[in-house]
Amino acid sequence: MLRVTWCNLVVRKLRLALSAFAIVLGVAFVAGSFIFTDAMGGAFSGILKGTTADVEIAPKGANDFDSQQDRRTIAADVVDKLEELPEAASVHPYNQQQGVYVIDGDGDLVGGNGPPGFAFNYGDTVAITGDPILELAEGDLPSGTGEVALELSTAEKAGYEIGDEVELVTAGENPKLHATLTGLMRFGSSGGAAGATIVVFSPEAMQDLFFQGKDVYSGVSLTAAEGVSQEELRDAAQPLLPNGVAARTGDDMVEENEAGLQEILGYLNMFLLVFAGVALVVGTFLIVNTFSILVAQRSRELALLRAMGASKRQVNRSVLVEAFAVGIFGSTVGIGAGYLLALGLRALFGLFGLDLTDAEFPVTLRTVLVSYAVGLVVTMVAAYLPARRGSRVAPVAAMRDEVALSEASLRRRMIVGAVMVLGGVGLMMLGFAREGGSGLALIGAGMLAVLVGVALMAPVLGRPVIVALGAAYRRMFGTVGALATQNSLRNPRRTAATASALMIGLTLVALMSILGTSASASTDKSIREALTSEYIVSNVVGTPFSPQIAERIRDLPEVERVVQFRTAIARVDGNTGFVGAVAPEGLAEAFKLPTLGDITSTFRPGTVLVLEPDAKRRGLEVGDTLSMEFQGGKVDLEIAGTFPAGPLPAEYLVTPDTLLKGGLEPQDSMLFITKAPGAAGDDLRTAVDEITRELPTVTLKDPQEFAEERKAQINIFLYLVYALLGLAIIIAVLGIINTLALSVIERTREVGLLRAVGMSRKQLRRMVRLESAAIAVLGAVLGVAMGVAFGVALQRAIADQGLEVLSIPWLQLAIFVVVAALVGVLAAVFPARRAARLNVLRAITTE
Amino acid sequence: MSHPTVTTSPGAYATKDVAARVVGLRKVYGEGDAAVTALGGVSIDFLAGEFTAVMGPSGSGKSTLMHCMAALDEASGGDVFLGEQQLAGLGDTQLTLLRRDKIGFVFQAYNLVPTLTARENIELPLSIAGRKPDPGWFDQVVDTVGLRDRLEHRPNELSGGQQQRVACARALMSRPEIVFADEPTGNLDSASGAEVLGFLRRSVDEHKQTIVIVTHDPVAAAYTDRVVFLADGLVVDELREPTAEAVLEKMKVLSQQAVAGTAAEA
Repeated sequence: MLRVTWCNLVVRKLRLALSAFAIVLGVAFVAGSFIFTDAMGGAFSGILKGTTADVEIAPKGANDFDSQQDRRTIAADVVDKLEELPEAASVHPYNQQQGVYVIDGDGDLVGGNGPPGFAFNYGDTVAITGDPILELAEGDLPSGTGEVALELSTAEKAGYEIGDEVELVTAGENPKLHATLTGLMRFGSSGGAAGATIVVFSPEAMQDLFFQGKDVYSGVSLTAAEGVSQEELRDAAQPLLPNGVAARTGDDMVEENEAGLQEILGYLNMFLLVFAGVALVVGTFLIVNTFSILVAQRSRELALLRAMGASKRQVNRSVLVEAFAVGIFGSTVGIGAGYLLALGLRALFGLFGLDLTDAEFPVTLRTVLVSYAVGLVVTMVAAYLPARRGSRVAPVAAMRDEVALSEASLRRRMIVGAVMVLGGVGLMMLGFAREGGSGLALIGAGMLAVLVGVALMAPVLGRPVIVALGAAYRRMFGTVGALATQNSLRNPRRTAATASALMIGLTLVALMSILGTSASASTDKSIREALTSEYIVSNVVGTPFSPQIAERIRDLPEVERVVQFRTAIARVDGNTGFVGAVAPEGLAEAFKLPTLGDITSTFRPGTVLVLEPDAKRRGLEVGDTLSMEFQGGKVDLEIAGTFPAGPLPAEYLVTPDTLLKGGLEPQDSMLFITKAPGAAGDDLRTAVDEITRELPTVTLKDPQEFAEERKAQINIFLYLVYALLGLAIIIAVLGIINTLALSVIERTREVGLLRAVGMSRKQLRRMVRLESAAIAVLGAVLGVAMGVAFGVALQRAIADQGLEVLSIPWLQLAIFVVVAALVGVLAAVFPARRAARLNVLRAITTE
Repeated sequence: MSHPTVTTSPGAYATKDVAARVVGLRKVYGEGDAAVTALGGVSIDFLAGEFTAVMGPSGSGKSTLMHCMAALDEASGGDVFLGEQQLAGLGDTQLTLLRRDKIGFVFQAYNLVPTLTARENIELPLSIAGRKPDPGWFDQVVDTVGLRDRLEHRPNELSGGQQQRVACARALMSRPEIVFADEPTGNLDSASGAEVLGFLRRSVDEHKQTIVIVTHDPVAAAYTDRVVFLADGLVVDELREPTAEAVLEKMKVLSQQAVAGTAAEA
């Protein structure tokens, strides 16, 4: 039996190659996700290790990789005391400042908006790796506030050379700095900073520029003396530290930071794996279809095997072994392709400023095992039903001319499909009622169940679509069109399964486009309705900027008021919460939030406003106490009220002093500007432009432009998702190619006849193309319909969380269908050519 | 032309037009040592309005001859004329048009399109060409084949004989200059075979249709006006106004010659 299987594999390699390719793509996505996140983890872990000393001293919660700029410092006398420790070989106080960006010669931000920018002072601290954290590579160390050194890749990207005048933007006291480049420095043992830009000043200059000239430090790094362990040094240092300042061993610090890093990478991996999952589900359809067709074509041969004494199990196994081989082959190639995909992801994320050029891309044992497991399980599961059907061929069928395989009745399919749809809807509803990850998982599972249910019912649901299309075909293309329609109706299950693969991809694309346009429309509406100020100053990606900018704008005669909006991240009830800070009177002035009432009397320091839907869901009442854990410590706040979702990117609103209590350095995220009575809008614009023009981190815009900017961000995210969904669409197109190619083979004799009675090659190719387009349009129509259904449901479900407006981009959806039809035509190129090239005589006499 | 050729006597049809002419037709399959000569230089004329049967033992080249004449296969040498049209040197497009407009073909295995009804199958060559069937002619053909009440059925709802009659009607529908039928009764029982042959005979008698069939059944050959015998890729004999007995007799002689020839070679 194995020999028979093997021969089948070789003979059918072309047909199997296409389904193997579906596995290749799906597995590639899985492997690529792991390889990429591993590479990212490795790169950041390398940076962490290369920048951490034996013992690190800092205010609790400050200076971790995910910390915001902390306003707490360590006084110089603490450093003096540490110097006397016999356990410390050397003591390295340091200062660091986030939000320091380099501007290149063209006035653009180096690395673009996205990657962080840091300033450090130089020093000779040695990391736990044994390498210096910062090392002069070229030139001299800077001295004074007029001189600066740049990390190597930062300087390269900026195009600065030693001796050049470097322009910097900072989120600190001085929004804009100029300094002469004196040297280039290597950062960390790995040399790279993963796209982050790094600026180095002398220790004194750091204090002068960012710490009001005080002799204070962000943290202190200690190097252990000969024979002293990290723990011993830590234990010796801790008693010397004031309250709230902690000493940590380098190993602990790396470990804690890596844990946080892994959590973030885990989210990224999950995000990518969702798309891998979509690709695999689509691939499953392709494999089921391929094996069904192969088994159908081979049914006589299978019957012959049975007639010669092969058991059902042997026949079943021969098909499954074939699937196993396809799975092994597809997974192996998939891992290789995954490596390439990871490199592709590197390029994609590089566009957003994540620079992993120097990172290693490891293929770990876990990646290999997961890839094979996924590839094999998907192939075997997909081949199981066709294999079982194949084994049910009666031996006597070998003697008959045509073998009809028993197929489950459409009625049963409809019932199973309907049950799945109902179950899926139920799961989605459960998911909407829940919060967080488990809710999302339920919604996802529900959607999958609905999609598979619809796919099962597609042979019936799709018929009207094909029939309608057929009427158009007949009118436009005559007999060729009619034949194409008949062909697509000939095996409704096969057509439906092929179309379903495309349906799933398009459902998600349509859903995302609906959510995207709804989000854009909701943004428009909330900004139009809730924002009363005339101008907004902000950063595209929300990077904070110097509060000095607000002060300068406030001084303009054309300006009546500037409301500063700050952001922070805090742990609230164990979850990550996005906190916005704004002065109470500012909130009342810049926003028209009718549900709020007179908040100036209730919203005061020590209180918090909670996002309305969140408060409702969590049962939070006015007067309750909410505990927020900032990096600098816990702050207890009284709930003063709720605010509607929309204009402000926050889940909680607090007064600015709360952020200070939380240890955060005051940096602004947005400014809302109201013009003075009588001042001309243009004058104000010119005046503010004067201040912001030199700062590429911030821009001035009116509410309309502000909305556009936010919508552009939404679109970038949409394009990213489209790009990732593209793979599923590619698999679906492969499915169409596969089905058509197999159908052409199956109908060789008919093709021969058509040619014999005078159908031209051109007409024949057109017939195949039309059939292909019909399948594609069916998939697109079903997909768009499902996408609209899901889109409306999701929008309804989260309407109160900022997705107030439902906006369905009908034109865009129509374009999806048209593009799908064109893609269908393209998918038919190969099978059509194959059909047209068949030798007429040989075709007509084939068995 | 190193092969000896036997040409049929021209005197008998001096007054009739030639519908198809084969001149020194050669067909070789494979190359070098593996080359097999299917047709070794065949020349025949097929007269318009005549019903001709091509007969011969298996491997005599009768099907190859028909395929080459019907523009389904390319000859290795020699030439085929359909009316005035020379086939040699025509491209695929021209051959396709020729098949569509000038030639009708009936296959042993019916070869109907399973998704189309009987009516649609009959109209297929015309509708591929984008033409409407002439209703009068359609009715006439349908009535001749006796399929009036089966027109809306699909092939799988028709018996073998009915399917082959649909195939015949399809071949005649475009009023081709010549209809070729390759073992049209090969898959049919004798009663259904008789129906199909009777219908072909009537087409010749009533509509002056030129028909060439390949068969190995003397009874089928008896329906024709003329039987051409092939052996080893050459025309070896012919018979006019054949009867089943006469054909059978001829075939016996031919096969004995073949046996004798083989024996002599050995």
